[in-house]
Amino acid sequence: MTTTREVLIIGGGPAGHRAADALRARDPELATRITVISEEIHAPYDRVALSQRMESSVDLSLTAQTEWHPDHVSVLSGVAATSIDPIGHTVETSDDRRLPFDQLVMATGSSAPVPDIPGAEHIRVYRTIDDVDWLRDEVARLSVSLGRAPRAVVAGGGLLGLEAAGGLAARGAESSLVHSGPWLMSAQLDQGAGQALGRVIAGKGIALHLGTRPRDIQLTDDGSAVTAVRLANGQVLPADLVVFAIGITPRDELAAAAGLELGPRGGIVIGTDCRTSSPDIFAIGEVASFEGRCTGLVAPANAMAEVVADRLLGGFAEFTTVDDATKLKLAGVDVASFGDALGTTEGALEVVYADPVRGVYQKLVVTDDAKTLLGGMFVGDASPYAMLRPMLGAALGDEPGAYLSAAGGDGPASSELPDSALVCSCNNIEAHTIRDAVNGIGTPDGEACTELGPLKACTRAGAQCGSCVPLVKKILETELVKSGQTVSKALCEHFPLSRQELYETVRVTGLTSFDEIISTYGTGRGCDICKPTIASVIASQHQGYILGEGRAGLQDTNDRALANLQRDGSYSVVPRMPGGEVTPQKLAVIAQVAIDFGLYTKITGGQRIDMFGASLDQLPEIWKRLVDAGFESGQAYGKALRNVKSCVGSTWCRFGVQDAVAMAVRLELRYRGLRAPHKFKFGVSGCARECAEARGKDVGVIATDKGWNMYVGGNGGYQPAHGHLLVGDLDDETLITYIDRYMMYYIRTGDRLQRTARWMEEMEGGLEHVYDVVVNDSLGLADELESAMAKHVENYEDEWAATLRDPERLRRFRTFVNAPEEADPSHLRVPERDQVRPPTDEERAAGKGVLLSGSRIPVREGA
Amino acid sequence: MTMTTSAPVTDATTGTWTVACAGAELEPLWGETVLLAGRQIALIKLSDDELYAVGNQDPHTGAFVMARGIVGSRGDIPTIASPLHKEVYDLRTGAGLSNPALRIDSYPSRIVDGVVEVQLP
Ligand SMILES: Cc1cc2nc3c(=O)[nH]c(=O)nc-3n(C[C@H](O)[C@H](O)[C@H](O)COP(=O)(O)OP(=O)(O)OC[C@H]3O[C@@H](n4cnc5c(N)ncnc54)[C@H](O)[C@@H]3O)c2cc1C
Ligand code: SF4
Repeated sequence: MTTTREVLIIGGGPAGHRAADALRARDPELATRITVISEEIHAPYDRVALSQRMESSVDLSLTAQTEWHPDHVSVLSGVAATSIDPIGHTVETSDDRRLPFDQLVMATGSSAPVPDIPGAEHIRVYRTIDDVDWLRDEVARLSVSLGRAPRAVVAGGGLLGLEAAGGLAARGAESSLVHSGPWLMSAQLDQGAGQALGRVIAGKGIALHLGTRPRDIQLTDDGSAVTAVRLANGQVLPADLVVFAIGITPRDELAAAAGLELGPRGGIVIGTDCRTSSPDIFAIGEVASFEGRCTGLVAPANAMAEVVADRLLGGFAEFTTVDDATKLKLAGVDVASFGDALGTTEGALEVVYADPVRGVYQKLVVTDDAKTLLGGMFVGDASPYAMLRPMLGAALGDEPGAYLSAAGGDGPASSELPDSALVCSCNNIEAHTIRDAVNGIGTPDGEACTELGPLKACTRAGAQCGSCVPLVKKILETELVKSGQTVSKALCEHFPLSRQELYETVRVTGLTSFDEIISTYGTGRGCDICKPTIASVIASQHQGYILGEGRAGLQDTNDRALANLQRDGSYSVVPRMPGGEVTPQKLAVIAQVAIDFGLYTKITGGQRIDMFGASLDQLPEIWKRLVDAGFESGQAYGKALRNVKSCVGSTWCRFGVQDAVAMAVRLELRYRGLRAPHKFKFGVSGCARECAEARGKDVGVIATDKGWNMYVGGNGGYQPAHGHLLVGDLDDETLITYIDRYMMYYIRTGDRLQRTARWMEEMEGGLEHVYDVVVNDSLGLADELESAMAKHVENYEDEWAATLRDPERLRRFRTFVNAPEEADPSHLRVPERDQVRPPTDEERAAGKGVLLSGSRIPVREGA
Repeated sequence: MTMTTSAPVTDATTGTWTVACAGAELEPLWGETVLLAGRQIALIKLSDDELYAVGNQDPHTGAFVMARGIVGSRGDIPTIASPLHKEVYDLRTGAGLSNPALRIDSYPSRIVDGVVEVQLP
């Protein structure tokens, strides 16, 4: 019998989490048991994404690729390690336990330093969820108590300081930035790039104070609040809030006390095997000092975690180089650098393109023969970054200038990338892994990942900081073209245009008839692809009755009968129940209709009731009863809004903070009948417990104590996706404005049958672009999108009520033209669990099943 | 008298011409079903002088639904797509275009004095 080894990990940040996950993945035999001691009360989370938390309380939890069974991995959240005994192999904890280990991994990260200046006790930092949550609430609180925008002074003009200043400004604070260097990001950027960045940041309304540092913090007389920050150059900046983001201090205090060797500038010294000076103790992540320095980036932390996992199982993996490529994640500010960006290599040449007017600066550093790429730096337009970073150290196929997009270059083709090029440095994914996954090599079940979402999920590429996503997409497209799966956007043989182009054409020309559209822009008679697409495009722009004006024949199966066609040719009927709310009286009507027409009933996944087994000619009779009782079409058949799922919210639930049902009903009544590239669903939850599963919907709305968080791009189905937070804490009206814009933008630009999740993934700029369009109106489309939606709302008409009013339309609902009284002889029924269903093929062959038309024939067991 | 005949496709030049319905019952590009001697037949009028009659049964699922499919074209071939799983058939011959293993029935049809007739085998 083998004994299980105890592996202790101190620190539940990205490095500790990754080490546990990597160890589980490499240790299927369960030779190790893992305990993660994690001081923060939150489950391990992605610190890289911390600034998202400035918007609202999004969940940043890291997800493991492996299953963490409590017998094999335990995470002790809210527990700190207080001392280490390297000889006795134990660790003491803040809850007075002494935990034994066979091997120990130090992943304690860093803290954010605060200088010892007068008033320092009022300085805040930007490092943890608690820090950021506090800042967010404080800005809100100050705005109310001061009655004006609070003033925030941020010290530190590096990546973190910029994120902090940008985040505070986005919350409505008046931010200024104090930086001791002569230009922003002076550790990564040269003067030209730093100055270009300075102009971009100043253009965002953030005041810059360069070449100086805070000297003291001035307080109110009672010392309870900040009033100003005095700088070393004598200037006094009025302030209500002071945040320092001036670097990182490795959390090496436990290691020091345990006698482990520390680096010259702090941090626990490790070798290429990630071992510290004590053989059974490893160190990874920001706390590890490799070749004399600690690195404040997640890529080396992940790489070290993988090395340790391998070493713990007796492997020989090595950590050899620190990849310190960085890209700033600040909306609307494009900055990135990689490799020897400052050109310190002997004989290095710099190829620079600078355009101060446009605020663009791009530079490549190459060897003296201009053949090998050594590094690069981008401000204002970092589009070549994703493509060039993996080519670090590789030969350039063209002269360097050709790679600078600002100078009109195209950048390299993705086929130029060697297989071994590192595409995703956060997760250490090379080009060949991505190429293989596209071709179904090494993926679960050999399934080819031919879309971006699944490709990211399956390879992990692009899943952390996201800066390589454009490149992953490029590789995907190149591979698809190579394997003959062209990415042609043409709708079908009849139209060379994509859905989006057709949408624009219809919008601009105002054409409303298929015949005109196909004779002008297409060929032939159309087909089951272009006809419903054009019908939908016309419907979402002109809101006419979908079976009117020669459009009936364009409609897809279900739209044609305003019901859902089932496998035996009968239909199912779903009345709308906005927000899943229904009165007992209306329930009784549904029950009676189902009884009278012999329909099978089932509750749908969308909080409504589906009645199955109606024949075409029964649909008008059924709907007459439903419409008379106040129901309307639920459009369960259309590529349109299905339903808005909601929980009971604050009306009944003891946790609820907003009235989720009222909001759901309001949204459903607003967007009902709206036709889109695909069906879409909404959800509204009354608090963060999320009982309505709103994040699994195209638009998810989750109540906060200040308003609503709006999530976009979620969906269920065979490739489920969680929605992303678009904006937080919205009031009712702004929420609706943003949904109007979001949905109309999707309807305009989505591909045929493309759900919102895929639409956003495929779009250049993804979520950020959508945010810009919806919130900042970057394309100047907001008015158009809103008025298109207003038109929809104004012209909405229940399709079934309209059908029932018009004898010409009703004529379409007949089973046999020549025998209107005849029931469809193919709709047989057999009993099951006190209801009826169609017979299986075997039962049909055996002559089982009775013909059932309306309530005319009662069903009996054994029929 | 107007008379329109679609190309008879199967070899069925013999058989009985049976009255199906009034021509005015049919709208262009919208299929309807008639029940003739126990057979479900889909009638598809493309224009005033182009009419097709095919079996209403979808060969893939066995359901009687073909008349409710979308009418269109492939190259020069007039087509109908099954509303269930979208297999496409040649309206003139009933031959499966997306899956040659499948085929729908097809019948000669005509309009005589405003009355639709189908020739049953
Ligand atoms: C706002 C922000 C943005 C960032 N953006 C990027 C980016 O875009 N790209 C990038 O590469 N990097 C970025 N980083 C840096 C990245 O987050 C870090 O490099 C990464 O988190 C390091 O992981 P770690 O696990 O080593 O340390 P940490 O994330 O610091 O985790 C260490 C954990 O250990 C805990 N701990 C410490 N001592 C003890 C103890 N004695 N007992 C128990 N627990 C203990 C700490 O509380 C902490 O939770 C960013 C950082 C911040 C703050
Ligand atoms: S989401 Fe919140 S409000 Fe809604 S039911 Fe769940 S706990 Fe209650």
